[in-house]
Amino acid sequence: MAINLRELALKGEKLTSGHRLCAGCGASIIVRMVLNAAEQPVVVANATGCLEVATTIFPYTAWNVPWIHSAFENSAATISGVEAAYRAFKKKGKIQEDIRFISFSGDGGTYDIGLQALSGAIERGHRALFICYNNEAYMNTGIQRSGATPRGAFTTTSPAGSVIPGKPQKRKNLTEMMVANGAKYVAQASPSHWRDLMEKVRKALNTDGPSFINIYSTCPRGWRTPDNSAINMARLAVETGVWHLYEVEDGKYKINYKPAKGFKPVEEYLKVQGRFAHLLRPENAEILEEFKKDLQREWEHLLRMEEATNK
Amino acid sequence: MKVKGRKIAIEGNEAAALALKQVNPDVVAAYPITPSTEVVQKFSEYVANGEVTTEFVPVESEHSAMSACIGASAAGARVATSTASQGLALMWEMLYIASSMRLPIVMTVANRALSAPINIHGDHSDAMGARDAGWIQIFSENVQEIYDNIFQAFRIAEHPDVRLPVMVGYDGFITSHSEEILELLEDEEVKRFIGEYKPKFSLLDINNPITMGPLALFDSYFEFKVAQAYAIENSLPIIKKVGKEFGDLTGRYYDVIEKYYTDDADYIVVAMSSTCGTARVVVDELREKGEKVGLLKIRVFRPFPLEDVVDALKNAKVVGVLDRSMVPGSFAGPLYHEITSGMYHLEKRPVFQPYVYGLGGRDITTEHIKGVFEELKEIEKAGKPKGLKYIGVRE
Ligand SMILES: Cc1ncc(C[n+]2csc(CCOP(=O)(O)OP(=O)(O)O)c2C)c(N)n1
Ligand code: SF4
Repeated sequence: MAINLRELALKGEKLTSGHRLCAGCGASIIVRMVLNAAEQPVVVANATGCLEVATTIFPYTAWNVPWIHSAFENSAATISGVEAAYRAFKKKGKIQEDIRFISFSGDGGTYDIGLQALSGAIERGHRALFICYNNEAYMNTGIQRSGATPRGAFTTTSPAGSVIPGKPQKRKNLTEMMVANGAKYVAQASPSHWRDLMEKVRKALNTDGPSFINIYSTCPRGWRTPDNSAINMARLAVETGVWHLYEVEDGKYKINYKPAKGFKPVEEYLKVQGRFAHLLRPENAEILEEFKKDLQREWEHLLRMEEATNK
Repeated sequence: MKVKGRKIAIEGNEAAALALKQVNPDVVAAYPITPSTEVVQKFSEYVANGEVTTEFVPVESEHSAMSACIGASAAGARVATSTASQGLALMWEMLYIASSMRLPIVMTVANRALSAPINIHGDHSDAMGARDAGWIQIFSENVQEIYDNIFQAFRIAEHPDVRLPVMVGYDGFITSHSEEILELLEDEEVKRFIGEYKPKFSLLDINNPITMGPLALFDSYFEFKVAQAYAIENSLPIIKKVGKEFGDLTGRYYDVIEKYYTDDADYIVVAMSSTCGTARVVVDELREKGEKVGLLKIRVFRPFPLEDVVDALKNAKVVGVLDRSMVPGSFAGPLYHEITSGMYHLEKRPVFQPYVYGLGGRDITTEHIKGVFEELKEIEKAGKPKGLKYIGVRE
């Protein structure tokens, strides 16, 4: 199970270079980490979104594993079918290999339009890993708000106007929904903490049942951040308590990152992103307060859950 | 050698479920909807009792049913599902994807009206809404045809030169819930007839990874679509061949259309599904009186068997086209449009009269069809059609 960097470096690339994701896009980094962590052969389903369109422009493909895209809201249902076919063939002795199944969707494809299919797939217990690469907006259609967009953030459908300064609602807690939904293994990860991320992927793939990982995915275009900042931004999110690293195994919570001296000020995270620039202006102090309270509530919930489930 | 099967009394939906049981697909993903629910219910029973080895995926919606069928079929499995009405409408997005990916999924559809107002009874609005989705569409007149069509559907869908999904329709409640005598095939005969499915590609072939459903821009999308159009066009002779082979086995021969006294008929009614049974009775009755009337049954609507239809209708004087679906804003239904535009180039062609009938399960009786034949005669005298007529509606 332990991750060995040398061993990983020797594995072939499963998402090859030459795809057309933006420079510094978090999605490609995450996919490489996920596929590299897998110990078994994998089949991938991908929802419509940046990752899908930029990696498979016909007649090219960046994928070195079997891959299917069918639509935006249904990668969980699509992989359910693939996994069902696999079980049918296993039962009939038509297939010998031990194969794993992964679905990649953006936050739009999981938090919003894809939530029903995801929830159904988890309830039915398909053995697959459902991954949300979460860049907190619909990037492929040009940075529109999603259920994952944090309060106050600018997007093109929650613009920072003079009356409404950014998205009025807080982000939905999908990870907790997946815990409640009964996924056997649930986690949040960040590419800045690569070893943690890859270990979570291995655990998820070795879980005999549905698993879900919500992975923080930076987007220089949508966040208005420099191209070379992907990993630093992701790390800042973890260090400021904007993105909590934790996992839930069979209902048991474990927080993977607890800063001894507390989280860094959230402002450090906000001030380097164009999408939050307006939040730091005095007239928006109230929203900033709400933003911080949202995070505090999520964190306290986690602490309580960890304590309660480890008694 | 023709097999003489055992006979049982059975409802249409059960016959569909029974056929699927004998096929024993690798994967069935489905969601219940009236009047097709019993197919799923029955099939779950077979699964629960170990009578099939199918992986049954009881999804949370029809959209996911078709999505899971797509995933399973892309993985190389033999796949089936069932739906109707709003369920088919909810699948709309995925229907196009299934056919464009060239996946041989078989789906039974107990044809039913679309909301609003909500109505659970039969008409063809659901299937006609899916008309341009690139699926092969076969319609069944009675319970025996549902059963027979399902076996043929697998053969057609999985044929290496076709590789397209097939929809087997039958009239909601009228056929889905009516009990009729069914002549059965033995499991072994079914197995032999449909054969083993050998997919061309599979996502589970991990040593030969493929990318399915990529992005195709203006430099290639069009070619994909044209290739798909050729595939469905070219399926016509294969559908005929399969129908003939099925006949050689059972004595029940199937063609893409069925001509009933059309050869010398002056007046012909064109219809699909169960209405053909009703029309047949009227034709028999009028023929006995020496009237030159006939019925043209359209069994396969997609691909549209234009040549066969032209050949059957070209010598008629007046043709009444019976559409069981609503096309608001148009002057006739889809069957009428298909036939009339297909015959437009002919120098000598019949006069065509469009009808819409039977929406939301409204009865179509022998009296109605007699009325249609009467009207066709009047139209001949007048020399021109009357514009769209609704049969049996209070206007
Ligand atoms: C049914 C449907 N509605 C809308 C769209 C348009 N659309 C394509 S991708 C996308 C947003 C994707 O956002 P997300 O899932 O967050 O992934 P990202 O683009 O950020 O990678 C939208 C709205 C679609 N393809 N299908
Ligand atoms: S827009 Fe954002 S998510 Fe999309 S490819 Fe560019 S960086 Fe990645």
